[in-house]
Amino acid sequence: MSVKQSLLAILQVGPCHGYQLKGEFERRTGSTWPLNAGQIYNTLDRLERDGLVEREPDEDDQQMRYFITSTGRQEVAGWLGSPVLRASTVRDELAIKLAIAVTLPHVDIARVIQVQRSATLGTLQDLTRTKAATDDPETSDELAGLLVIDSLIFSAEAEIRWLDHSETRLARASAAGLAGPLPINREPARRGRPARATTTVDEARS
Amino acid sequence: MSSDILLQLDGVAQHYGRGQTAVTALSGVDLTVRAGELVAVMGASGSGKSTLLTIAGGLSTPTSGEVIIEGSWLSTMTPKAIAALRRKTLGFVFQDFNLIPALTAVENVSLPLELDGRKRSRARSAALDALGTVELADRASHFPDDLSGGQQQRVAIARAIVGTRRIILADEPTGALDSITGEVVLRMLRRRVDAGAGGILVTHDARHAAWADRIVFLRDGRIVDESGSRSVDGLLGARP
Ligand SMILES: Nc1ncnc2c1ncn2[C@@H]1O[C@H](COP(=O)(O)OP(=O)(O)OP(=O)(O)O)[C@@H](O)[C@H]1O
Ligand SMILES: [Mg+2]
Repeated sequence: MSVKQSLLAILQVGPCHGYQLKGEFERRTGSTWPLNAGQIYNTLDRLERDGLVEREPDEDDQQMRYFITSTGRQEVAGWLGSPVLRASTVRDELAIKLAIAVTLPHVDIARVIQVQRSATLGTLQDLTRTKAATDDPETSDELAGLLVIDSLIFSAEAEIRWLDHSETRLARASAAGLAGPLPINREPARRGRPARATTTVDEARS
Repeated sequence: MSSDILLQLDGVAQHYGRGQTAVTALSGVDLTVRAGELVAVMGASGSGKSTLLTIAGGLSTPTSGEVIIEGSWLSTMTPKAIAALRRKTLGFVFQDFNLIPALTAVENVSLPLELDGRKRSRARSAALDALGTVELADRASHFPDDLSGGQQQRVAIARAIVGTRRIILADEPTGALDSITGEVVLRMLRRRVDAGAGGILVTHDARHAAWADRIVFLRDGRIVDESGSRSVDGLLGARP
């Protein structure tokens, strides 16, 4: 999970207290994903258990400071050097909603798409306003924040394009009188564990 | 308050040809652009976006309907008066750039100011400023043929924003630009508008339209939706 590697990578810059790590993570990611203290300390516990960090009391013995170990440094290098693999099977709420909706009777899919697109376009406008309000970045935390906003902007745009694309597909199918609502399958159900899907997303990709 | 209206289209229609080959490029289009407002126009290819823009800019006369630029009713004006009004108040970025090949970049940009009676040296320094805002100062003395497509597009943008014109009409002004340069242009346009100009931005790209205050969707020459509940490829898909 990227919070773990992110905290570790920050510790590579220098030792930190837990609360410092929280602030560092947030300012380096455009304050887009706030972390709570529990998440920070749970993560640090796991990092310590795995030998990636060590902790020592402060000089004045008040609080714990966390240091990265050499194994930790290797972990960071490995993280930066390898691609992030998005699990292909992560459930996409919107894709599921549209997929289910298309099989139901009496659903105005065009309307479902339009409502979604309107909302996403609004999000896109909000994000763009945020971006417009920030001028050319001068510091690297400003630059980091801009990268995060851009990422959200491109995701919103991708969603809009997918909605447009889906709308076209649906219009074609319905113009051709194809792909009507799907009735419940009346074949006798098999007992026991459900059958495995014939093709998983992974297989379909390869 | 109506005094801040910079541009108004009222029941504008445009028909081309007649009989079998008649094309209705626009019909019943009402659109208002106020100071401080950027309006994006989206729509499928052939939906009438460029037609709308050229009519809004007084570059062509609609079959019917009225265009009002800063309070002046174009239907009551002579072509010469319209041209003068256009030069003074309106910058236009053409979809195909429309640069003059025999003039350098800076000459292309300063030409409208000179035609408007500005001193050559003044016009030139304003033109250099405008080229600077589109990050093209170092190409000022190049001829259009010696510039890349994206650079030509930026010269066309500089020509539209040079001086103090308050209305900017841009037809796909980022079509030939990479995404970062496109953003430089949109940011600059946004800043102009925030400083009191008004503009219409024609674009296919939701990411670019999102810089506007309002998004208008055209389909078959009609405004089918305002403010952003539909986007362009969807409209394309819904066409018969
Ligand atoms: N001079 C003309 N004579 C006849 N038809 C024309 C003329 N100019 C435009 N049209 C037609 O008017 C319609 C609208 O054209 P317009 O150029 O405004 O489309 P657009 O939305 O700008 O498309 P694009 O996204 O491809 O630039 C089109 O069907 C076009 O063929
Ligand atoms: Mg056009």
